[in-house]
Amino acid sequence: MIFQDYVFYALAAILLIAGLRVITARNPVHAALYLVLAFFTAAGIWLLLEAEFLAIALVLVYVGAVMVLFLFVVMMLDINLDKLREGFWSYLPLAGTVGALMAAEMVMILGTKYFGLAVFAPPAPHAADYSNTAELGLHLYTDYLLPFELAAVVLLVAIVAAIALTMRDRKDSKFIDPAAQVRVKRADRVRIVSMPAEVEVSEKDEKAAS
Amino acid sequence: MNGIQTDVIAALPEIFVLSMAMFILLVDLFIKPANRIAIFMLAQLTLLGAAFITMTTHVASVTYSFSGMFVDDPMSDVLKLMIYLTTAIVLVYTRTYISLRGMFRGEFYALVLFAVAGMMIMVSGQHFLTLYMGLELLSLCLYALVAMDRDNARAAEAAMKYFVLGALASGMLLYGMSMLYGATGSLNISEVGSSLLNGVQNRPVLILGLVFIVAGLAFKLGAVPFQMWVPDVYEGSPTAVTLFIGSVTKLAAFALVIRLLAQGLFVLAIDWQGMLIIMAVLSIVIGNITAIAQTSLKRMFAYSTISHVGFLLYGIMSASVNGFASAMFYIVSYVLMTLAGFGMILLLSRKGFEADQLDDLKGLNQRNPWYAFLMLITMFSMAGVPPTLGFYAKFAVLQAALQAGMIWLVVFAVLMAVIGAFYYLRIVKIMYFDEPKDKSVIKTTTEMHWVLSLNALALLALGLMPQSLMNLCAYAITLSLS
Repeated sequence: MIFQDYVFYALAAILLIAGLRVITARNPVHAALYLVLAFFTAAGIWLLLEAEFLAIALVLVYVGAVMVLFLFVVMMLDINLDKLREGFWSYLPLAGTVGALMAAEMVMILGTKYFGLAVFAPPAPHAADYSNTAELGLHLYTDYLLPFELAAVVLLVAIVAAIALTMRDRKDSKFIDPAAQVRVKRADRVRIVSMPAEVEVSEKDEKAAS
Repeated sequence: MNGIQTDVIAALPEIFVLSMAMFILLVDLFIKPANRIAIFMLAQLTLLGAAFITMTTHVASVTYSFSGMFVDDPMSDVLKLMIYLTTAIVLVYTRTYISLRGMFRGEFYALVLFAVAGMMIMVSGQHFLTLYMGLELLSLCLYALVAMDRDNARAAEAAMKYFVLGALASGMLLYGMSMLYGATGSLNISEVGSSLLNGVQNRPVLILGLVFIVAGLAFKLGAVPFQMWVPDVYEGSPTAVTLFIGSVTKLAAFALVIRLLAQGLFVLAIDWQGMLIIMAVLSIVIGNITAIAQTSLKRMFAYSTISHVGFLLYGIMSASVNGFASAMFYIVSYVLMTLAGFGMILLLSRKGFEADQLDDLKGLNQRNPWYAFLMLITMFSMAGVPPTLGFYAKFAVLQAALQAGMIWLVVFAVLMAVIGAFYYLRIVKIMYFDEPKDKSVIKTTTEMHWVLSLNALALLALGLMPQSLMNLCAYAITLSLS
C-alpha cells in the first residue's frame, strides 16, 4: 500500500461514520454538522482522484453556503423529536427487511466483479501542470452547453417559484410601502370628531332612564 | 459536431418558449391587474408561435444537435404540437377558475410556459443528462403550481407529497442512469443503444440500472405499485393544476418512456417487458376497482388515470413499432378525454364552490342538456364504448399486445375494461336519471363553451375517423425509431 491508500482508507472511514451519524444523531443540529463533515471528507476523496476543482466547489458551495443555510433553518425550527420518532418500531420490521434486501442485491452487483480494477483500469495520472478547471470549462461551454443552459433555467424557475409562493398577496406579510409612508398626510392619521361634551350621570338617573 | 447555427435552428421552438416565458415575467411587473388578460393572450400567442416554428422547421428525418444531446425527429415534432394544443386548451379552461381564486397572476402563466419548455426538452432529449434536466424543469414548475393557492392547506399538503415522492423518483431514475453509464460507458441514448447492440456485457449491472429506471418512470407515470401520490395530488391541487398535471404532462412522460426503453434499452426488451406486464396488470386491476368506491370526481379520475396508464403499458410492452405507435395513439386520446372531463369540473365550479363530487353532477341533463351530452361522450370515450375515440385507443393497444402473443393478458384487460365501464356509466346515470340538488343556471364564458364543445365532439369525430390520427402516430414512430 502506498501513502495515498492510507489517506483514502482514513477518509473513507470518517465518511462512513459521519454518514451513519447523520441519520442516527438525536439532535438535528448535530446531524447537520455530521453532514458537513461527510461533505468535507468526500471532497478529500475527490482530491485524491485529481478532481481538485470539484473538491473545492463541494467545500465552497455545500459546506460554505448550503449547509450554513441549512443549519440556520434547523436551529430556527422547533422540531418535536418524539413526534418524528413516532411509529419507528412498528415500521422497522418491514422497512428493515426491504432495506436489507436492497442492500444485499446492490452489494452483489456493485462489488469488484463488475466495477473492480480488472474491468476499469485506473486512469494514468496527469502531469503536474494539467489544468482540471480549464478542461471542465471547455466541456461545459461546448459539449455540455445545452444542459448547462437548462440548469440556468431550472435555477430561474426556483427563484420565480419561491417568490410566487412566499412574497405576493400574502395576507400575513408585514411589508410596508415606503413611498406610501412618506406621502401620508396628517388627515390620514388623525380624525377630528366633533361630539358633545360628556356629562357625568349619577347612578340614580341612569336607573330612572332605564 | 454541428455548427452553432444548426443547433439553434433545431432548438428554436424551445428558445422561443423560454424567451417568451421570461418576457411574460417582465411584462407582468408593469401591467395593471385590470389588464392582466394581456398575459393570457401573450401565453396563447407563445404557444401559437411555437407551433408555427415547429411546423416550419419540420423535416421527415432525424436531426441531432448540441453534440448529439438533442434530437429533432418526427415523433418530437408531433408530440410538441400536441403539447402546444393541449396547453392552449388548458389555459382556456382554467382562466375563469383561477381568476375567481386569486391565482390569475403572471407567475402562473410563466410557470406553465417553463413547464412546457421542460416537456419539450424531455420530448427531444437524446442524452440522459438532457432528459433529466427537462424532467426536473417540468417537475419544479409543477410542485410550485400545486402550491400556488397558498392559503389552501390541502394544496400545500399535496404539493409536499408530490415534491417528496417526485424527488425520490428522480433520484431512482438518476441512480439507474448511473448504473447504465457504468455498464455501457456512455450517457448518450444512441450510443447506449448501439453499444448494447454490439453485445450485452455486464448484464447484472444493466438489469439493476433498468430496475431503477423502470421504477422511476412508473413513479412519473403513476403506474401501480408507484401510484400512491396520484389520488392525493389530484384531489389536493387546485383543479386548474390537476388538469395540467393529469393531461399535458403525460405526453412528456410517454416520450421519456420511449426514449429510454424503446430507443436506449431496446436490446433489453425481454427484461423490461416482464416488469411492464406486472405493472400494467396491477394498474388496470387496482385503478378500475378502487375507482368504483370513490365519491369524489377528482379521485375517481385519478384512479381512472392509473387504469389508463395500465392500458398504455400494454402498448409499450408489445415492444414493436406498431405497439409504440398505438401507445402514442392511446396517450393522445387519453389526454383529449381527460381535458374534456376536467374541463367539465372547471365549467361547473363557481366562486367558492368546487364541483368535484359525484353528487354535483346530479341531474345535469335538467340543468343543461348540452353539457350533459358532452359529458356523456367523454364518459363513453373513457369507458371505451364504440364509436368514441377511447374505444379505438383501447382496441389499438390490445391489438398490438395480441400481435405480441399476449392472448391471456388481452382477455384479462378486456374483462377489467368492462368492470371499469361501471363507474363511467354511473356518471351517465347520475346526470340523466337523478334529481338535481342545486338548480342554478350554469354560467360560463363563450370561449370556454366553444372549446369544451369542440373538445368533446372531437372525441366522437376522431372515434368515427381514427385513421388520420393513427397514421400521424405511425408516421412519427416509424420515422423516429428506425
